[in-house]
Amino acid sequence: MTVIDISKDYEARTLTFSAEFSAPIKCVWQLWEDPRQLERWWGPPTYPATFTEHELVAGGTMKYHMTGPEGDHPRGWWRVTAVDPPHSLEFESGFADETGAPVEDSPHMNMLVTLSEEPSGVTRMVVCSSYPTEAFMDKVMTMGMEEGMRGALSQIDDLL
Amino acid sequence: MYNHMVVHRKNDQKADKLFHALSDTTRRSIVTRCLQGDHTVSDLARSYPMSFAAVQKHVAVLERAELVTKQRRGREQLVSGNVQSIRYAFDVLEQLEELWRGRIERMDLLLSQNPKQGATK
Repeated sequence: MTVIDISKDYEARTLTFSAEFSAPIKCVWQLWEDPRQLERWWGPPTYPATFTEHELVAGGTMKYHMTGPEGDHPRGWWRVTAVDPPHSLEFESGFADETGAPVEDSPHMNMLVTLSEEPSGVTRMVVCSSYPTEAFMDKVMTMGMEEGMRGALSQIDDLL
Repeated sequence: MYNHMVVHRKNDQKADKLFHALSDTTRRSIVTRCLQGDHTVSDLARSYPMSFAAVQKHVAVLERAELVTKQRRGREQLVSGNVQSIRYAFDVLEQLEELWRGRIERMDLLLSQNPKQGATK
């Protein structure tokens, strides 16, 4: 059974997901390491992903595209910044243009994935995604810190 | 099924306008003020060390990004902040949450189908 915990930190611009899988750490790592397995969960069923480049090493790049019901192909990229199999993986990810090159100025995220084996035998996966300083969320968050914004934020809370 | 990556992508243009509009300190300050209450362009112009025309230009950029709306009141233009656009930024996080909930479910399913797991079979 998967236990999911999600925490959002608007000020730190991070979103943290935790899940527990009743499988050995190696099997969970393979879901990331093996591109054919990765393709089976990265995209939603209506937009399956195909990884055309998969270099799971520090400095490596990943390229993928998704295939939509109307034959549309949204593309994405990862830039791997650190890997420590089977314990952790860190990468940046964002949208790509038709040639697979990153779309400049579009929001991209830093992702940190950590896996650990619990004494009970389950594997705990924590995915922490954060928006870098120059991105979208930061600009919005900077705004949030300006005087008066707190009131607007509580208004938003009421709407949500 | 509703696809978040795609929604995200389609909204890139909207997001670009939003980034651009929010990249300027004066414009951020104008939005903040107008979220607290309506202001006329002349009111706003008095609050910043710049010309009426310059403030009007900033308001126009914000209007294009849908961060504020303008309404005519007599001879004046009344500027109001648009909470909806700010909320859009928060929606990006909501979408991400949904996306990952789906991914974790699929990972779990794959692991339960994986013959290498052995132990449970």
